[in-house]
Amino acid sequence: MNQLRAGLLFAACAAMFSAAQAQDVTGAGASFPAPVYTKWADAYNKSTGVRINYQSVGSGAGIKQIQAKTVDFGASDAPLKDDQLAKDGLVQFPTVIGGVVPVINVKGINPGQLKLSGQVLGDIYLGKVAKWNDPAIAALNPGVALPDAAIAVVRRADGSGTSFLFTNYLSKVNAEWKSKVGEGTAVNWPTGAGGKGNEGVSAFVTRLPNSIGYVEYAYAKQNKMTYVLMKNANGAFVSPSDDAFKAAAAGAKWNESFYQVLTEQPGKDSWPITGATFILMHVAQDKPAQAAAALKFFDWAYTQGDKMADELDYVPLPAAVKDLVRKQWTDHVKDSAGKAVSYK
Amino acid sequence: MAAILPANPMDRERGQERAKPGGRPPERRRVAPWADTVFSLLTHGAAWLTLALLVGIIGSLLMGAAPAIKQFGLGFLVSTDWDPVQEKFGGLVMIYGTLVTSLIALLIAVPVSFGIALFLTELAPGWLRRPLGIAIELLAAVPSIVYGMWGLFVFGPLLATYVQTPLQNLLTGVPVLGALVSGPPVGLGILSAGIILAIMIIPFIASVMRDVFEVTPAMLKESAYGLGSTTWEVVWKVVLPYTKTGVIGGIMLGLGRALGETMAVTFVIGNMNQLSSLSLFEAANTITSVLANEFGESGPGSLHQASLLYLALVLFFITFVVLAFSKVLLNKLKKSEGART
Repeated sequence: MNQLRAGLLFAACAAMFSAAQAQDVTGAGASFPAPVYTKWADAYNKSTGVRINYQSVGSGAGIKQIQAKTVDFGASDAPLKDDQLAKDGLVQFPTVIGGVVPVINVKGINPGQLKLSGQVLGDIYLGKVAKWNDPAIAALNPGVALPDAAIAVVRRADGSGTSFLFTNYLSKVNAEWKSKVGEGTAVNWPTGAGGKGNEGVSAFVTRLPNSIGYVEYAYAKQNKMTYVLMKNANGAFVSPSDDAFKAAAAGAKWNESFYQVLTEQPGKDSWPITGATFILMHVAQDKPAQAAAALKFFDWAYTQGDKMADELDYVPLPAAVKDLVRKQWTDHVKDSAGKAVSYK
Repeated sequence: MAAILPANPMDRERGQERAKPGGRPPERRRVAPWADTVFSLLTHGAAWLTLALLVGIIGSLLMGAAPAIKQFGLGFLVSTDWDPVQEKFGGLVMIYGTLVTSLIALLIAVPVSFGIALFLTELAPGWLRRPLGIAIELLAAVPSIVYGMWGLFVFGPLLATYVQTPLQNLLTGVPVLGALVSGPPVGLGILSAGIILAIMIIPFIASVMRDVFEVTPAMLKESAYGLGSTTWEVVWKVVLPYTKTGVIGGIMLGLGRALGETMAVTFVIGNMNQLSSLSLFEAANTITSVLANEFGESGPGSLHQASLLYLALVLFFITFVVLAFSKVLLNKLKKSEGART
């Protein structure tokens, strides 16, 4: 009797375990969207019982893992170029939009009081503008009392999507930056101290007097850091906000390609250092059930997840872009027989 | 004395048993004739597995680093470029950072550890020795990330405000010394990393030193005291020469740890891949720190990743040399100990 009961229990456990196994979707990659993916996964699990397991290992590792097919989806902050996607047999689609915000710690300067242009910001990070009262900064900020103090430059020490957006922006607006340093998740920083992660940079900037750094919008907002106004492509000075990120995303040509880096976008309200974060999946799916589960999750996130993204200071995609993404799923994500993987 | 005591009943029983010829010994030993072989194979296997792992690690590092070795050769070791965008890599900045932070750590940790060991073995009253010794050994149990955060949030600002700024004010314009203390006063850099490392390796060096100081025969020390030596003379002229190889072995152990430390260093070194000045307060980088920071986002199979693995190989080589050196010294200590007693 006891044996029978134990056997039944074991069988029940095994059944539950294998059922859970079959539904588990795993993804890995970028750390920038990790908070919102985790929140979505939690809410999705509560409403459907499907577990989404997201590992925030960094964009590079995420790309590597999806190439090796060890995960169901990869995530990257920097979009892959279309030819690279074709080579690896991958599709990519954006999920949420976020912004990178330069933050400073200068005594007497309040949030939103200091104005910078891309050119000057690049010169600061090149080490050419080394004092806060440099004429280049003073020219943009008449009437602001700038101290005669050295600028302590802070940037990311680890490779990151945040750095990619920041250096991509500087490459677009500062010719010398483009030729000397270039863009990438990790670059050869000419100057400054490196902090690990957004939290490392925000810790440095809050602690070090006369410092400047750059962090994701959420960090700047939650830590009430002194952000600066940036000059955008239209020549207007804008402050970082959800609306400014949305304005930048609106101008992108999503219908041509999902390869869109949203820095220095036109529009008088656009925040210049904006970027979307991306999901990567294989075109040909060996395990269509897993792919369907992953797509269902993202479909659910597009319909139900906007509020959660808002709460975490990410900007949801415009509805038109979401429809484009859904169309791409139907057109491109196929099982081994060439049939579209259904996400409905 | 033994004769008066009643004989042990066990002995008596055994004696009786032995007296009775019991025929063949029990066959139990022969139940599993292969057991000895299996056991021997297992122990052999365990020993060889370790060696195979070592070879495997070196092999996979070599394989991963091969593109970078091919591209840059030994010039990698003397080049200061580290440019992931242009794919130009050289390891001198990190190698320099690793060696200099470890050197600073030793310069601070060795005298302090010597003082601790001397106090614990020669000067401390008996009731204080054990608790104090344990407290110092406990320092070794603090996780390195705790040292890192303490260094970043508490120690760094103190160093910047009370050491660097006054030094800069004092030495501005002085040729060499001025350059040594230049840099933004942020409390991050080679000196902070070196000091944090020193605090981390002190317990290791101090406990080895204390242990070897304790093996000095009391007769030698008492003889020296008897001839009128002061405590300092006894330690400097009797204890230290007697234990010098052991002391050096302990120092090498600390050095090995300092070279490999990652988390605490990455917090306080500033992570800058430039060798723009020789200032002790300038942000720099070490091999372990650049590996921890950049490996995650380095592209799979890229030259960037290969160069990181090349650096790992260099670190492997450096620590290997240090540990081999200390092993040789420790062996020498054992031999000379045998010769003297």
